[in-house]
Amino acid sequence: MASVTTNPPITAATPTPRAPGPRRFSQQTIAPWLFLLPAFLFFATYVLVPIVQSFYISLYEWNGLYSPEYRAVEGSGLTDQACAELGNRAGREEGCELTGDTVWNAEYVGMENYANLYSDPFFWTSLKNNVIWLLLYFLAIPGGLFIALFLNQKVFGMRLYKSLFFFPFVLSQVVVGLVFSWFMLPGADEGLLNVILGWFGMGPVNILGNNNTATYGIIAAGLWPQTAYCMILYLTGLNAVDPEQIEAARLDGAKGPKMLWYVVLPQLWPATFIAIVVTVIGALRSFDLITIMTNGGPGFYNTSVLAFYMYDVALSEFGFRMGYGSAIAVILFLIMMVYIAGFLWKMWRDEKA
Amino acid sequence: MRSIFKTSAAALAAATMLSGAAYADGHGVSGPLRIFSDMSNPAPRAVMEGMVERFTEANPGVEVELVITDREAWKTQIRNVLQSGTADIVNWYAGNRMAPYVEAGLFMDISDLWEEGGLTETLASTQGSMTMDDGIWGVPYTYYQWGVYYREDIFAELGLEAPTTWEEELSNCQAIVDSGRSCYTIGTQFLWTAGGWFDYLNMRTNGYDFHMELTAGEVPWTDDRVRATFENWQTLIDMGAFIDDHQSYSWQEALPFMVNGEATAYLMGNFAVAPLREAGLSDDQLGFYQFPQIDASIEPGEDAPTDTFHIAANAENVEAAEAFLLFVASAENQTLINNGDNLGQLPVNSQAGVDDDEFLNAGFDMLSNNAGGGIAQFFDRDAPAEMAQVAMQGFQQFMVDPSTLDQVLQILEGARQRIY
Repeated sequence: MASVTTNPPITAATPTPRAPGPRRFSQQTIAPWLFLLPAFLFFATYVLVPIVQSFYISLYEWNGLYSPEYRAVEGSGLTDQACAELGNRAGREEGCELTGDTVWNAEYVGMENYANLYSDPFFWTSLKNNVIWLLLYFLAIPGGLFIALFLNQKVFGMRLYKSLFFFPFVLSQVVVGLVFSWFMLPGADEGLLNVILGWFGMGPVNILGNNNTATYGIIAAGLWPQTAYCMILYLTGLNAVDPEQIEAARLDGAKGPKMLWYVVLPQLWPATFIAIVVTVIGALRSFDLITIMTNGGPGFYNTSVLAFYMYDVALSEFGFRMGYGSAIAVILFLIMMVYIAGFLWKMWRDEKA
Repeated sequence: MRSIFKTSAAALAAATMLSGAAYADGHGVSGPLRIFSDMSNPAPRAVMEGMVERFTEANPGVEVELVITDREAWKTQIRNVLQSGTADIVNWYAGNRMAPYVEAGLFMDISDLWEEGGLTETLASTQGSMTMDDGIWGVPYTYYQWGVYYREDIFAELGLEAPTTWEEELSNCQAIVDSGRSCYTIGTQFLWTAGGWFDYLNMRTNGYDFHMELTAGEVPWTDDRVRATFENWQTLIDMGAFIDDHQSYSWQEALPFMVNGEATAYLMGNFAVAPLREAGLSDDQLGFYQFPQIDASIEPGEDAPTDTFHIAANAENVEAAEAFLLFVASAENQTLINNGDNLGQLPVNSQAGVDDDEFLNAGFDMLSNNAGGGIAQFFDRDAPAEMAQVAMQGFQQFMVDPSTLDQVLQILEGARQRIY
């Protein structure tokens, strides 16, 4: 952090000078790795290996199912090969028995899944919606900043107001989605939104049922908790703003927007950075809201994003295209890599500085 | 792989069908039996638990381990359960919905059980929908009719009769629209309700056989006969037959329109009767009619989705599993579980009795005597999963904006060429 601190920086306690024996040396080398090992193992099992698997599966056509494996019963005159070729009939053949293992019956198709993606209109709809999500979700950052500035004053009961503003972030996304879909229910006397519009002689509108507005309706729901999240980040950031600098700026005659832009905001940069990170992640995580509020519809995937489309083709009730889903996952991964690489580069640059 | 069951199959089967208790002594089955069920709604759950109780009473050697999963969640969880080998018996659906698991060899072929347990006779009506790749892959325990549930009182108030022809249907609907109501309530947010409409319009416009060819991918979606179906649909949409904003409602959320009298009818499965009654509609207010004829020369086809039990290919206790399936299929059990106090649906076993309920009787009569075209499962069970998915999205798109029909049919045809 760039702020001036009076305390000396805390560093790792330096070992008291002692004769560095060989045992001590090895301890210091190994210990960090030992501490890292559990995290690394989990990271590899649940993140790295699946990423590689996704790349691999995306080259195959596979319905996501493993078949039970059969072998020949000794003395039956059949071979293991013959039992395997029987497919779903092997169970009826006296000469074949289960091995307890499974067979992966996928067909190698090379880059075909990617070629199909290119000509798939639903893929492009989903990608377009992803971009809309990313762009509009950034509204949460100025929104959160505004509320944080507003709440950053000493008034009786301010803690209560702060927690009320933060409340939506505590709710599960599913609940947020449900509440907003009820809020936006069509029909003049059903959803609160249409009731309010009715007072002004407008409406009724069916935001979630209209191809042109449904995505924006879902984003509005997502912005509610996301703004609260950014707000709390900025509130903590505002606590760290140096009062002396504010004082000095005030003496120099700065106030209002100028004070905000030149004095406060630069000090809030660490908070802004985290807010950008969590907002991008939040935008890409939009899957649950879409599932709850529109189920990807109306019509053909009109509110779908890549994550939803991937789930729908590979894992949903009617989704049996694991290879195709993996290809979508790979594309989504590559898109996110651009962002992740930028993020890593910035971290690396900051640490060097 | 083959069970010991085979040798004494006929005897056992007969014993089970006559009385469960006789089965207990002598050659009773034993061991743990793991059942994964999707009968999670209150009434079905009680039925499932009751079946397990009666089965273990008759077979004290069997320790049933029953896992009941949420019905919606089960539609995806079945994959993990079947592959991990943690189940002996699972719930699923008849028709093409079985295809992925049959093709992957995850269901056990129980043709022998059908043959030797006499199921080919008692369950003959559903044998076709349980057959695939020359095997029979499960046993049905219940099915239910689809049809039009309507407000008899409002029809009477407007002086209307239940329609039997398309002309009567259209003139009825016009009168209803003129009275300020919608003819039909529907909630298409989860798509499948639109599939029901397509099934009926297509079976009435082009016949059952054409409908089966279409869901089997043998006819292009851009065919003129398919267009004719959509034209009939559009006639209804254009006259304002359906409620507004149906794309934002689930099927349950569409019920109040009918209860409040804002819409007069609902094309639905018989499971809609229970919530309609609970919402306060008496049997005097609620009526049922078969979807009207469009082309009088076409024998009516009907939707009657069948719910089933299957043995997993990697089941550990095949013997007990087969005994349980025979128990489920027996006339005695099917009469009991389908009566009005339990599932309130139709038994599949031809020797079972139908409970005395207005709607069950109407459905039973319709399916037995007036479904000459044939009995379909349902759009999402007759068409392959991927086709069902994209087609039902197309139906919803069409219902919201009929002017996009050409684009919808192009997309469905593209999907057909890729999928089949």
